[in-house]
Amino acid sequence: MRVVAALSGGVDSAVAAARLVDAGHDVTGVHLALAEKRYAGGGRGCCTLEDVHDARRAADMLGIAFYVWDFAQRFQETVLDDFLQEYREGRTPNPCVNCNQHIKFAAVLERAQALGFDAVGTGHYARLVDGPDGVELHRAVDPTKDQSYVLGVLDAGQLAASLFPLGDSHKSEVREEAAARGLLVADKPDSHDICFIPDGDTRGFLRDRLGGDSGPIVDEASGARVGTHPGAVGFTIGQRRGLNLRQPAPDGKPRYIVDVDMSSNTVFVGPPARLRVHGFTVDRLRWTGPSDLLAPLIDQVQLRAHADPVTARFTPTGAASGEVTLAQEFSAVAAGQIAVFYQQDRVLGSGRIISTGG
Amino acid sequence: MHYLDHAATTALRPEALAAMQRQWQQVGNPSSLHNAGRQARRTVEESREQIADLIGAKPADIVFTSGGTEADNLAVKGIARSGSKRRVLISAVEHHAVLDPADALVQEGFLVERIPVDADGRVDLVALASLLDDEVALVAVMWANNEVGTIEPIAEIAQMCAQRGIPLHSDAVQILGDPQFEVAAVPSVALSAHKVGGPVGVGALVLDRNLDVKPLIHGGGQERDVRSGTLDAAGIAGFAAALAAPAVDTRPLRDELITGIRQAVPDAILNGDPVRRLANNAHFSFPGCPGDALLMLLDAAHVAVSTGSACTAGIPQPSHVLMAMGADEAAARSSLRFSLGWNSTGEDVLAAVDALPKAVERARRAGGRR
Repeated sequence: MRVVAALSGGVDSAVAAARLVDAGHDVTGVHLALAEKRYAGGGRGCCTLEDVHDARRAADMLGIAFYVWDFAQRFQETVLDDFLQEYREGRTPNPCVNCNQHIKFAAVLERAQALGFDAVGTGHYARLVDGPDGVELHRAVDPTKDQSYVLGVLDAGQLAASLFPLGDSHKSEVREEAAARGLLVADKPDSHDICFIPDGDTRGFLRDRLGGDSGPIVDEASGARVGTHPGAVGFTIGQRRGLNLRQPAPDGKPRYIVDVDMSSNTVFVGPPARLRVHGFTVDRLRWTGPSDLLAPLIDQVQLRAHADPVTARFTPTGAASGEVTLAQEFSAVAAGQIAVFYQQDRVLGSGRIISTGG
Repeated sequence: MHYLDHAATTALRPEALAAMQRQWQQVGNPSSLHNAGRQARRTVEESREQIADLIGAKPADIVFTSGGTEADNLAVKGIARSGSKRRVLISAVEHHAVLDPADALVQEGFLVERIPVDADGRVDLVALASLLDDEVALVAVMWANNEVGTIEPIAEIAQMCAQRGIPLHSDAVQILGDPQFEVAAVPSVALSAHKVGGPVGVGALVLDRNLDVKPLIHGGGQERDVRSGTLDAAGIAGFAAALAAPAVDTRPLRDELITGIRQAVPDAILNGDPVRRLANNAHFSFPGCPGDALLMLLDAAHVAVSTGSACTAGIPQPSHVLMAMGADEAAARSSLRFSLGWNSTGEDVLAAVDALPKAVERARRAGGRR
């Protein structure tokens, strides 16, 4: 096959590309330029020159062609604008999931296919398994690196044109393989931050772009004002740090953000028990195959990239919405987060959390 | 591989390689006073005389540099800084080696103004005349454009500037090697060795001795006290040998290429002056085709072409040259430069023409997607 290997400049995508070459594919390396501007300092952004350099050198070592594809405008119009809009409306988005849905496995894939490529390969840790009804997305064998969650928004067409050569490997094996292949990025640290916020200061990033006035932090139970926030935007349910509350709670226990009301610019705090939910509703449903076949199979849901899955039941309430009932309480569920549905290790689909219920 | 990017750099001519090998086997710094030094100096001076002869310049006017970029920097900054006048006029289609030093002068209080060009990329002489006054420290107009290949009316511009006593600098990097080319009455001219089959890292500023210029690089004053650094005798010998090598007229191949592309892709648009253009340049816009996609597809078909300039990361930028010629951003991103060299063949031209229709069709499908 003619394959575009997305090369981020990191170790995973370099090894993935190497394996695609070994498998006999005709591989072209592509680095995605996503940020409008290069970010000074902090070499971890997705578009730093250092990453372009590392990606280019990996392609050199593999003997494959290399190009930089400029998707900055698309990234701005989809991922970044959605990121800001979600926060503006008091939700907590996952931009990496969005990027997979709209950029890596949409804009990039479409461009690749138009240019005569058959598939896009990435260094995600997930497995594609041939099933009776087509290709299925499964968890990676390395539970600490499994990235099936962030791929839970891909549909059957996107999965059919994707390759994830690392799904059967452990991270340590991938690093060893990179070293054995002489790839210079074998020891490069993993990236964790949101690529367009390399300093990790999400609230600072949001305040610069969305502004916002200081407002009250209110104890939800008593209604008493217990502090002041510098702007409600960017505060997330379940968050404890950065509140600077002056008065301790009457019971002396730590208080967490339990609700954010953007319309009144109020952040509500409460005890940890208040964060526990038994279910929630979702919209923006996406399925890895026919929804009528997959929805009844759901037995687990995962609510964050690195959270344990929870036993759950799914009930459709519309074409693209539904209710999820959890078998046990789950703490700190924020609107905007992506719920990914599983049957055992198999990803069935996903939805965006819009409201939570006790 | 079918290499059609000779305007970026061309293959080393065998004559240049031989001349450099001869000199590399000798020890000697051209500035040393002993026999070894004299021999190296002799190589440099013979090369200087040979180059001067080939371009109609005086040997004493030639200042060797590390390349065309340094020559442009030395001219733009060196001439502007040598006097008290504060206006600098540059054409809107200059190479970045002129644009960027001019922008740097803005920080020093200079007023840098762009001279507009017409739809073919030719400098608007009426506009230039209206911009010239006694406050102009320097005018810079390239001899021929590196992207679209248009040859500028340098003789007229030189005359206009001379009448007012204003120094004119011209980047002649792309036209060097054309048998018709002579520096004539232009007081400052930038040249580069590797565009004519010499080594990368060697160039020259042909600088009228009456022109005052502030050096950029200090440290020994080897070249007329205008430029310092040990002279690269081997590289300079390679430069002269490349320039002296038998000229190859690429016009017939260029015309074949232009005709072939027009037939292969009927809606392709030839950019630049159709007549007064570089002998090795064919520059086309392919409406609806992102240039970087075309480049990639041709690269896969073993045809090497250029989209113009790219940023440090390797992302093609919309061409400032085409924008100055009146193109919109989409058009400025949908063009390719094909450039021929001394070892280009009819097969190279055929390969490009054959590969184009399919590449254009695919790139067009990818067109709206960015």
